Amino acid sequence: MTTSLDLGGASLSSFIDGCPQARALGMELISLEKANAVLKANYREDLIGDPDTGVIAGGVVTTLLDHACGQSVFAALGAPTSIATLDLRIDYMRGAEPGVAIYAHAHCYKLTHSVAFVRATAYDRDPSDPVATAQAAFMLSANGTMPPLAGRPTEPGQ
Amino acid sequence: MSEAADRLNAILARIPYARFLGLRAELAGDEMTVILPFSDHLIGNVMLPAIHGGVLGALLEITALAQLSLTQGLARQPRPIDVTVEYLRSGRPLDTYARAQIKRLGRRVANVQVEAWQEARARPIASLHGHFHVTPSEGGVT
Repeated sequence: MTTSLDLGGASLSSFIDGCPQARALGMELISLEKANAVLKANYREDLIGDPDTGVIAGGVVTTLLDHACGQSVFAALGAPTSIATLDLRIDYMRGAEPGVAIYAHAHCYKLTHSVAFVRATAYDRDPSDPVATAQAAFMLSANGTMPPLAGRPTEPGQ
Repeated sequence: MSEAADRLNAILARIPYARFLGLRAELAGDEMTVILPFSDHLIGNVMLPAIHGGVLGALLEITALAQLSLTQGLARQPRPIDVTVEYLRSGRPLDTYARAQIKRLGRRVANVQVEAWQEARARPIASLHGHFHVTPSEGGVT
């Protein structure tokens, strides 16, 4: 595990442990540094989306990508701030290989004072052969930060 | 329950991930509603608290796939090409509902829009529009 970022005392594991859905999917935070986050989800039979092929559900990939995108924004900000997802676009290249763990690598490539822009890739064996890619935009909180144990916030826009 | 509703819930029951989320479906005529009963493991943010955005995306996507399978008699399970999810309001710790509209069904691609809501249908919490690969059965829509 790479731990090169100080997020106000929040440990790396708190980003998963503080989020029930991330825990339920068995997500692991592989690295978090300089506007980049890498997460991993192991293959599990209870997460299969197509019982005929054993391919993991698209929804698991969606959640892993969404979570990684949020973490990369925290990494870019250097502090767990309150953020709200505006939108998330996912392109599905292929089904993930059954029996193999999936990774999501998200990069927050631009921060303005109110918006964060993120790109992410999900892959199984080879980052250059993605399962899916994603593009997301987040509104940044105008009113201060959140406690570090919060998971990926999706605060309402009103 | 109608035969179509039985078929629909049989499809959902066969998908392990749909069971993981706890999804079920209801039919009124040809109008299908997928229901995501609230459960603690769906929470993404314990501070608000709010349902994980990825779970809402998954609900919307499965609703689109189920609607395509249900109404179009497809030869194979449809597959997503791309989806865009908009987050409109926080998903509160309540049951969530979703309904899909097939905007166009071609020979290879379907365009589908889905909305999810909680207390009020007129106040959606998230929406999706997406493209799906379809393989209509013999004599299906062109």
